[in-house]
Amino acid sequence: MAEKGEVKLLGAWPSPFVMRPRIALNLKSIEYDFIEETMQPKSDLLLKSNPVYKKIPVLLHHDKPICESLIIVQYIDEVWSSGPSILPSDPYDRAIQRFWAAYIDDKWFPSLSGIAKAQGEEAKAAAIEQVREGLALLEEAFGKCSQGKDFFGGENIGYLDIALGCYLGWLRVSEKMNSVKLLDEAKTPGLTAWADKFCAHDAVKGVMPETDKLMEFAKIIMARFQAAAAAATPAK
Amino acid sequence: MAEEVILLDFWSSPFGMRVRIALAEKGVEYEEREENLNNKSPLLLKMNPVHKQIPVLIHNGRPVCESMIIVQYIDDVWNDRAPLLPSDPYQRADARFWADYVDKKIYNIGKLVWISEGAVQKAAKRELLGCFKLLEKELGDKCFFGGDRLNIVDVALVPFYSWFYALEACGNFSIVAECPHLVAWAKRCMERPSVSKSLPDQYKVYTHLLELRREHVARLGAQLQAQQAQ
Repeated sequence: MAEKGEVKLLGAWPSPFVMRPRIALNLKSIEYDFIEETMQPKSDLLLKSNPVYKKIPVLLHHDKPICESLIIVQYIDEVWSSGPSILPSDPYDRAIQRFWAAYIDDKWFPSLSGIAKAQGEEAKAAAIEQVREGLALLEEAFGKCSQGKDFFGGENIGYLDIALGCYLGWLRVSEKMNSVKLLDEAKTPGLTAWADKFCAHDAVKGVMPETDKLMEFAKIIMARFQAAAAAATPAK
Repeated sequence: MAEEVILLDFWSSPFGMRVRIALAEKGVEYEEREENLNNKSPLLLKMNPVHKQIPVLIHNGRPVCESMIIVQYIDDVWNDRAPLLPSDPYQRADARFWADYVDKKIYNIGKLVWISEGAVQKAAKRELLGCFKLLEKELGDKCFFGGDRLNIVDVALVPFYSWFYALEACGNFSIVAECPHLVAWAKRCMERPSVSKSLPDQYKVYTHLLELRREHVARLGAQLQAQQAQ
């Protein structure tokens, strides 16, 4: 258990990375103060706590900072070791979950962001196809990891569920904005069923942003991005 | 049960070196198999279908991929000796943070120093020295990042010492002049057989990277010609 004020999390509601430690803390039933970062400008606390990257999330435990979302999740798992385990105990299973979490962050999420950045119909279609190929790989991984149970972690949510599940809000925004189905009962039945169960989980439902609210936020971001791109383009 | 440990590797890969160092620190016997990266073996393609890259550790027939994931796996399995992570969770998080920082920065920025030229190379040099200086600050006056033993930060970073001659020759600068503490740390690491036996000769690496640069420039030239012909 944690005392009042012992655990603080610097973050912002739209960020999938911030969701990860929130889910982990919820799984361990740890109370924490959520400090919403404005990001523009970045707070002194953020700059002081994460001087290397200046990014959220940052966990402050007894005012000591821990940075990088998946490193924070592992820290939470190790500190509050009496709660439900987030990483599996078997070294090989741990390696497999770490492998897929790294794939999701290094390859799959960038491909999802690639849909919004794609210019023109052909590029957009290619970007969507790339995301679907990644989901096909993850569907296979889900089959192997879950062994017929509800989650990558088996009966309960684990490290890999958190690593992928945090992106579901943004995945749904991509689906709505581009009128496509990325998760498909026919092509990715395992992941489709998993996504619903993940979002309905007690540790997740309070911190998963609503798709419509995220979509409004996405439109603001894209408008800012396009304005900056237009300003950078030299006048003809 | 007899352990079967195979490492699919390539002699000049800093990522392969990380795994060699970890296995050597733990005293694990293994079979090293050199891959031809221009003609990847069926075994490599089967064991790492997602990335098709080395290193791959095959332990009792099961593959583990991605160098830092392999290093943590080795630490988890052979957990009765030479720990590569401290036991305190906060110190573990700190070590993971810096190993991840090395992973995010050093290869990509270092490669720009030996493969590119002009303004791109100049910017990369500045950035690389910035990273090295930050790592020096993190090292402080410790013998190794792990204190008196190697930890995952040492293992992640020291393979890039094999690039230093190439970086200095291609970039026309002196790393020891800018980052003397880092070079001193690297030399201390090299006093350990686990490191000295895992890193190839710096000059051999230099001629190899020059060859890769020649191929890269030739490819760029061919692409440019193809674009101009359109």
